[in-house]
Amino acid sequence: MKSYFAFIAQIFYWTILAPFRGQPFKISEVFHQMVLIGVRALPMAALTAFSIGLTLAMQSGAELRRMGALSYVPSLVSISLLRELGPLLIAVIVIGRSGSAVTAELGTMQVSEEIEALEVMAINPIRFLIVPRVLAMLVMLPALTVFGDWVGIVGGWSICHFAMDFDTSAYILGSLHRAHLWDFQSGLIKSVVFAWLIITIACHMGLGVQGGAEGVGQATTGSVVWSLLITLIANAILTGIFFFAS
Amino acid sequence: MSTDSDPIIEVTDLVRDFNGRKVLNGVTFKVFKGDTLIVMGGSGCGKSTLLRHVIGSMKPSSGSIKLFGQEITTMDENHLAAIRRRFGVLFQSGALLQSLTVGENVALPIVERGKLAPEIVDLMVKMKLEMVGLTGFEHLKPAEISGGMKKRVGLARALALDPELLFSDEPTAGLDPIMTSVVDILTREMTGKLGVTALVVTHDMVSAFRIGTRMIMLGTGPSQGKVVASGTPEEIRSHPNPEVQQFIKGEPDGPVPLKLSRDDYVTRLLGHPSLPKRVLS
Repeated sequence: MKSYFAFIAQIFYWTILAPFRGQPFKISEVFHQMVLIGVRALPMAALTAFSIGLTLAMQSGAELRRMGALSYVPSLVSISLLRELGPLLIAVIVIGRSGSAVTAELGTMQVSEEIEALEVMAINPIRFLIVPRVLAMLVMLPALTVFGDWVGIVGGWSICHFAMDFDTSAYILGSLHRAHLWDFQSGLIKSVVFAWLIITIACHMGLGVQGGAEGVGQATTGSVVWSLLITLIANAILTGIFFFAS
Repeated sequence: MSTDSDPIIEVTDLVRDFNGRKVLNGVTFKVFKGDTLIVMGGSGCGKSTLLRHVIGSMKPSSGSIKLFGQEITTMDENHLAAIRRRFGVLFQSGALLQSLTVGENVALPIVERGKLAPEIVDLMVKMKLEMVGLTGFEHLKPAEISGGMKKRVGLARALALDPELLFSDEPTAGLDPIMTSVVDILTREMTGKLGVTALVVTHDMVSAFRIGTRMIMLGTGPSQGKVVASGTPEEIRSHPNPEVQQFIKGEPDGPVPLKLSRDDYVTRLLGHPSLPKRVLS
């Protein structure tokens, strides 16, 4: 725990202070990591968001039809996606796909002496390896979340349009009627917090690997399990703050 | 400021304790400018551990390590980085970054060091790869070349910034005889012509006597982690310690025993000295 906070302090130093002291991180590496962490996760994020939007509309449609409240389906879909399911599901996808990959990569580098080689070449591993990954995640997870929100709402639309005879403008108006800007913003804030938690846990676990291939495997499992747990807890806390505290 | 008569590396009474097991136990030696110190000893004698301490990757339990006259055991990261820019390290496995190509690996220390035009960096990389006989391999990934080639790329990377001090961990293990002598000649030319100081960990005796100007041997068994012999190659060749003689001649039996006596064997196997009577009869 103590080492985790020391690690966080180092990330802040190498991201914010060190560039002004003539030791900048590489911008090109940030973009490279954005592709690996974010862009490559796009198809899976889209598929998940679409199917969730779809099922949400089906389930709520079946229940609300009995109460004659079918017109609430669009807003139910959009609010649950924007506030909760969008940020959370995309975070889960990124944990499984990108967080684990970061831990495994850094762990393998640790085991094969690559990190040590960087250190003896006077290249700080936090600046060289960690800062680009952290920044890439902080940009890409919110971006994926926005994308996922949109795809999920499209998924909801496809059911409403083809199975419930909503026309497109009615669906859009129905979604916007209840959902406010704050619903979208709160989801975005959540995704930034999740991004920070996921990537710092993944990197910390990866750099802490000891003991060969087995250690890499354990660290990768640990990274996924801890990221999931902490993300779920953080989600509950943030929902409490955003929607119940006021 | 240091003068030529001051040692480049000075290790005094270095002790490293791993949970009660002293892997290094009072190691002391000095290396002067232009010298090549060979560190030899059997497997598990602490050679690589010693190297890790000297390059600052591990902290000793006690003792002092001075590089270029500066104590590195108590140094902070920034000062250590400044010292590290003056030396190159060849790791046992090469330790190349798998995500970069061979050329990018060699370019890494050059690019990180300062702003040079890409053409100049390119030229420097080609020169260094030429030195180790790997021209034309710049665009391959480390996973696509052999173990011996990785090691030579590692050497090219260690030499990328023309270091004043070179550390090599088993530089010739896994190389064919021709490449072994190429690497040896390279090391000797650097120390002889350019005044580079080298510390080479090896148990390849042919190569050790070819490049070494000073040698130390670390002991195993009861003398674990201690320097059992030190001196010039001639002094080592005629060293009276039978353990040293056994090692440099590569004899299977001697002070480091090939086989245990029957009683020792039984004790080690069973944890007590005698077998039950009915087994023996």
